[in-house]
Amino acid sequence: MTPSDAAVELPASTEALRRVREDPHRLGHRAHGVAGLVQGAGHGTTGPAAKRIIVGYGFWIFLLSDIVMFSCFFAAFAVQRNAIAGGPTLQQIVDVPRVALETGALLLSSYTCGLSFAATNARNLLWTQVFLLVTGLLGLAFVLMEAQEFYGLAMRGITPQRSGMLSAFFGLVGLHGLHVSLGGVWLATMVAQVQVKGFRREIIHRLICFNLFWHALDIVWIGIFTIVYLWGSIG
Amino acid sequence: MSDLEYDPHRYAGELDAREDHAPGDEPEESAGHWVLNANLGLGFSVILTVAAFWAASRAEHAIWGPAVPVALIVLAIAQMGVHLVFFLHVTTGPDNTNNVLALAFGVLVVFLVVIGSVWIMGNMQANMMPAGAMQMAPP
Repeated sequence: MTPSDAAVELPASTEALRRVREDPHRLGHRAHGVAGLVQGAGHGTTGPAAKRIIVGYGFWIFLLSDIVMFSCFFAAFAVQRNAIAGGPTLQQIVDVPRVALETGALLLSSYTCGLSFAATNARNLLWTQVFLLVTGLLGLAFVLMEAQEFYGLAMRGITPQRSGMLSAFFGLVGLHGLHVSLGGVWLATMVAQVQVKGFRREIIHRLICFNLFWHALDIVWIGIFTIVYLWGSIG
Repeated sequence: MSDLEYDPHRYAGELDAREDHAPGDEPEESAGHWVLNANLGLGFSVILTVAAFWAASRAEHAIWGPAVPVALIVLAIAQMGVHLVFFLHVTTGPDNTNNVLALAFGVLVVFLVVIGSVWIMGNMQANMMPAGAMQMAPP
């Protein structure tokens, strides 16, 4: 290597080092922060990540496993959607206006849930509680509409044991409804905890997890109203 | 497990873009940033939901019949993306790599389970012996 080669290469490699240092994954989607190491960032040399990150990430992993479980129910439904055994078809049991109302309630509850976390970040107790309560009421409306739907179907003799399609239908939709119901219980617990304990660190961590859970339920509902109800309504 | 009992930089009021972030969480921003995200997410979701219900209603048969399920699935995936970005705050930034990789693995398993089941069971259905031929089959 001649000295002139080194003189050409050195600035380029310095530039590359600087890029890697500032943007280790070269994604460039976010403004660069300080180039130095940050304590609690989980970069190895600066110690473990903060609890806030570990709690949120761990809950994210749980949610993904929950979604994998839902995918098994989706697969069972997709396989059995024509296994009606002489019973009612999917088209006969889908009530599109009710599904539209359920979808609206759940989507709005996801929105108010996001607003409650915005209020949490601003450390505003009143608006956090107001939006959490609205979220809970919308979730309750969703669960009641679904219970009414199941009750109406049962009154018409349409129950899970009638056919393979109905087993998969009640299993999938019922599992989601159970998730929303349990989420509602969690929400009521969080309202009480925020009221009594205030914005303590661990309470905020729990609010982060609750937000993730509630938004994930809405994502699962998108799959259900598309694949089960809307697709079912077109025969 | 971390023994850090504090959240570094959480209350310091300085934006540090190199720190890792959990999904659903973001570096400190004003509440207006969160509200804007929620508004955008709601707006896009409403548009996509209305589009899905409109496509399924087959108003005036604007969409060719066999294409309706495809349109529904495309709209659903788009809306899931909107939720991930605007409600769950999953981004492609360097602070989000772990979240995105975990999500990618989850999506991979979901597709394996769903498409694999449909594929295999469809194949078995197609190869199933007709009900009447069962008695004539050699033992």
